[in-house]
Amino acid sequence: MQKIMTEIERCKGCYLCMANCPKEAIHLSGKVNHKGYEYIEVDQEKCIACGSCYQMCPDFVFSILV
Amino acid sequence: MKCSVPASVKYDHTFCQGCAQGIVNRLIGEIMEELGTTEKLIVTTDVACGAMNVDFWDFDTIVGAHGRPIPTATGVRKVRKDCLSLAHLGDGAAYNIGMAETMHAAIRDDDVMALVLNNCVFAMTGGQTSATTMLGQRTTTSVKGRKKSVEGSPFHVEKALGDMDIAYLARGSVDSVAAIRKTKKYLKKAFEKHKNHEGFCLVEILTPCPTNWGLSPVDSMKRIREQVIPEFPVGEFIDRGGNE
Amino acid sequence: MAKVLMKGNEAIAEAALRAGSRFYSGYPITPQTEILEYLSWRMPEVGGEVVQTESELSGINMLLGAASAGARAFTSTSGPGFSLMQEGLSYIVAADLPLVVINVMREGSGLGNIGASQGDYWQMTRGGGHGDYRMIVLAPANVQESANLISDAFDLAEKYMHPVLIASDAAIGQMVEGVELPEFKDHDINKFDFAVRGCKKGDRPRSIQNIYFLDDQYEDHLREKYATITKNEQRWESLYVDDADIVLVAYGISSRMCKEAVRAARDQGIKLGLIRLITLWPFPENAFKEVNPNVLGYLTVEMSTLGQIADDVRLATQCNKPVSSFGSMMALPESDGIIEKALEMMKEARQ
Repeated sequence: MQKIMTEIERCKGCYLCMANCPKEAIHLSGKVNHKGYEYIEVDQEKCIACGSCYQMCPDFVFSILV
Repeated sequence: MKCSVPASVKYDHTFCQGCAQGIVNRLIGEIMEELGTTEKLIVTTDVACGAMNVDFWDFDTIVGAHGRPIPTATGVRKVRKDCLSLAHLGDGAAYNIGMAETMHAAIRDDDVMALVLNNCVFAMTGGQTSATTMLGQRTTTSVKGRKKSVEGSPFHVEKALGDMDIAYLARGSVDSVAAIRKTKKYLKKAFEKHKNHEGFCLVEILTPCPTNWGLSPVDSMKRIREQVIPEFPVGEFIDRGGNE
Repeated sequence: MAKVLMKGNEAIAEAALRAGSRFYSGYPITPQTEILEYLSWRMPEVGGEVVQTESELSGINMLLGAASAGARAFTSTSGPGFSLMQEGLSYIVAADLPLVVINVMREGSGLGNIGASQGDYWQMTRGGGHGDYRMIVLAPANVQESANLISDAFDLAEKYMHPVLIASDAAIGQMVEGVELPEFKDHDINKFDFAVRGCKKGDRPRSIQNIYFLDDQYEDHLREKYATITKNEQRWESLYVDDADIVLVAYGISSRMCKEAVRAARDQGIKLGLIRLITLWPFPENAFKEVNPNVLGYLTVEMSTLGQIADDVRLATQCNKPVSSFGSMMALPESDGIIEKALEMMKEARQ
C-alpha cells in the first residue's frame, strides 16, 4: 500500500528525511533528478506513515496519504 | 495522518540544500490554514535570503529595508487591524542593524509579530559574524573563531527581552521532528495572540545554514542539537495572558 | 470657513489630517516638534494613530508599511532627522509608494542650530539617499500655503506613486498667522489596488518590492514618470518679471523678504522682479521664459552660505545671464541688503 507520495523533482538531496526516519524506510535511489541531485526512495512496506520525513523536508517532497 | 503542504507556500523555492526556510514556510502555511487566516496575512521581509520568500508565498508581502521590517509591519497593522502583520527577519537584521527597532517594538509592546530565523551568521553576504555567532565559531570576519575579547559574547533575546511587558517570547528549533512540532506550537500561539491584538510577539527559530557553516544539512542539524541549543535554550520565555 | 490663528507647524498638521491622513510616526526635533505634539492628541480625536518612534529611521520605515497598506501616511522632521530618513525614502521611491514628508529646515550641516535656514535644498531636490531618484518638493511661504500644499502633496504623491516633500523652515513653522483650514476629506485605504490587504485564494499576491530586476520597461516607466512630473508640475509665482532689470529667485521665508524688497525697490524706481519657487523639484524652468529678455541678471536670495538655487537658475537660463547669490545660513536676508546687492549687480552688468 502506498503510504507516502514523493515529488522527486523537488528533492535537493539534503537527506534530512533519511536521517530522521525512525524505520530506516528511506534510502538513496541511485538516480538523479533534473536539478542534478541524487534523490531518495521510500520503502512503502517499512513506512509507518509517521510523517517524520514530511516534517523534516524543506522542499515539500512528501505527502502522507494515510 | 494524511498531510500535504498547503498551497499558500511554494515548493519551488530557491533556497540552498538543507536550508530550513522551507520548513518554517510550511509551518506558517499550516498555521494560517488552521487559524483560517491565509487570506489575512501580510508579511514584511527583511532583505537578503528571506526576501526571496516573496516569490514563494501566496501572501501579500512587503520587502522592507535591512533591519526595519518590524516597524514596517507595525505600520501595516496600524492601518489594517483586520490583517495579521508578520515581520520576517534574520539574526543580523533583528539583533545587529535592527536592534533598536526590535527593542523599541518590545518597549512599546507594539501590536505586531516578529519571526526571527537565527542561524548565527549573516548568510546572504557569505557568512559573517552576527550578534548571535557562537564563541569560537569561524566566520568570514572571524576566521579564527569569534573571540569574547574582540566581538563580545553571543546575544540572547530571552535575556534582553525576558523581563519586558510583551505578549509572547519563545525560541524553537528545527533540528528534529520533535523540535519542529514544538516550534509549530510556539509559532501558532504567537499568531493566535497576534490575531487577538495581545501585543508584541517574538518567536526565534534556530535554523541551520549548511552553506555558510561548511557542514552537510544532516551535520548542521546535529550542530544545532549539540552546540547551538546548549547556548540558546529553546522554550517559552514570556506568555502573558489576555489583552493588556 | 472662518480664518483661525495658528502656528505654521500646527496648521500643517491639522491640514494633513483634513486631507485624510490617519497615520503619522515621527521623532522630536526642533523646530518641527509641534507637529508631533499636536498630532499626539489631535489624531486620536479623528480616529487616527500616532507613534513616537525610537528614531527617524524607524519612523520612516513604519510609514513605508502604512503607505504599502494604502494609508495617507506622513511624517515631519528637520535637517538631522531628515538625513536619517534618507534610507527609508530611497526604499519608498524604489517601491513606488505615495508618502509625504515635511522638512522644517534648520541651520546645518551637522547639528547646526535650531533657527530658520534653507540649507537642505540640494539634499531635497537631488535625491538625498542612495541611488537614482529625485522627489517632488513643495515650498510654502506662509501658514496658509503650508495648509494648502500638504493636501496637494498627498494628491501628487498618489498621482505619481512617489514621495512628496514639503520644504518648510523654522520661521514658517513657528510663525502664527491667520489660516483658513481646508474641509475634511475621506481617504479610502482600498482605493488603490497596489495596497497590501491579504491575498484572496486564487488571486495574484501583491508585493511591495524595492528590488530591481533586469526590466527595460521599468526604466522606461521611470524616465516617463520623471519627465511627466517635470512637464506638468512646475509651480511658481512671478512678480514684475516682464520689465525687471534684476529678477530675484527665492522660496519660503526668503521669498517674503524678496517681496518686500521688490516693493521697496519699485517705490524707488529700481526695477526688481521676483520668481518665487513653489516647486523646488521640478524646478520651474518655465518661469524664466516669461522674464524680460533684456534682464541684466538673476539674484538668488536664500538662507544658505553657498547659494544652492544658483546652479538651477543657471541651468534654467542656459547660463545666458549673470547669476549671483545673496544670503546667509543663519541670518534672514533683509530687504535693504537685497536691494543693495541687486544694485551692485546692475552696476556690474552695465559697465
